[in-house]
Amino acid sequence: MENNTKKIRKMMLILSKATLDNVYACFILANGARMEGIESEIFFTFFGLESIQKDKLDHLHVATVGNPGMHIPTMLGGLPGMEAVATKMMKNKIEKLDIPPIGEFLEILSASGTKLWACKLAMDMFDLEEKDLIEDLDGVLTVGDFYERGQGDGTHVIFI
Amino acid sequence: MTERIYGGICVMCNDQGYMTQLDQWNKEVGSAIAQEEGIEMGDKHWQVIDYLQEQCRNEVPLTIRKIGKSGVVTIKEFYTLFPNGPLKKASRIAGIPKPVSCI
Repeated sequence: MENNTKKIRKMMLILSKATLDNVYACFILANGARMEGIESEIFFTFFGLESIQKDKLDHLHVATVGNPGMHIPTMLGGLPGMEAVATKMMKNKIEKLDIPPIGEFLEILSASGTKLWACKLAMDMFDLEEKDLIEDLDGVLTVGDFYERGQGDGTHVIFI
Repeated sequence: MTERIYGGICVMCNDQGYMTQLDQWNKEVGSAIAQEEGIEMGDKHWQVIDYLQEQCRNEVPLTIRKIGKSGVVTIKEFYTLFPNGPLKKASRIAGIPKPVSCI
């Protein structure tokens, strides 16, 4: 029998996407962990890096093409302006729920003790330097470094 | 619903140990709950508790974001004052319901 008294000690989240819904899901999970007294860390890799790039983080979009959850026919989803309209609608909803915009959310996460790490390989791939990323970043790590931080009982890894 | 004794006063609590009647709360009750949570209360702690109770009386739902904008504490201070789940712990000490927000 599994020992169900073992508590979650740490959530290690890997964010690989730049769509607004994925980024918010990741941030809310990380923040929710801190609110419960659970440690949390985010590893930004591939397109997830967009959400910590100073000049990009305010311009993330929801996907209207290839996203059945939007209930917009694929052909219509590709029309000019569709993504902008859908994004604006989502941002309005988010603000009404008192969920902060991406930049402010990152500040809250950092102040709450969530560790924010950029993936070294993905940075090299996209020709990014640390100066392109937010000030609150805790550093640049390899996958090995990130796993090492997750050692010990009660650590969970989630890929988004 | 159970009755519990804090600071020599019998108060009504739900199953998770949150008080259900704010008018039964006083500072001694708050101190006793804080002790149970392993927190030693100082002036700054009480300022936060005052703020939380005021928000509760005005029926404003609490979030970490609101706390940060309250002007009472920064988010960093809030996590330092009430370690390991600050909003839940502070709400319990303040005698207000458990927060339902995820943010």
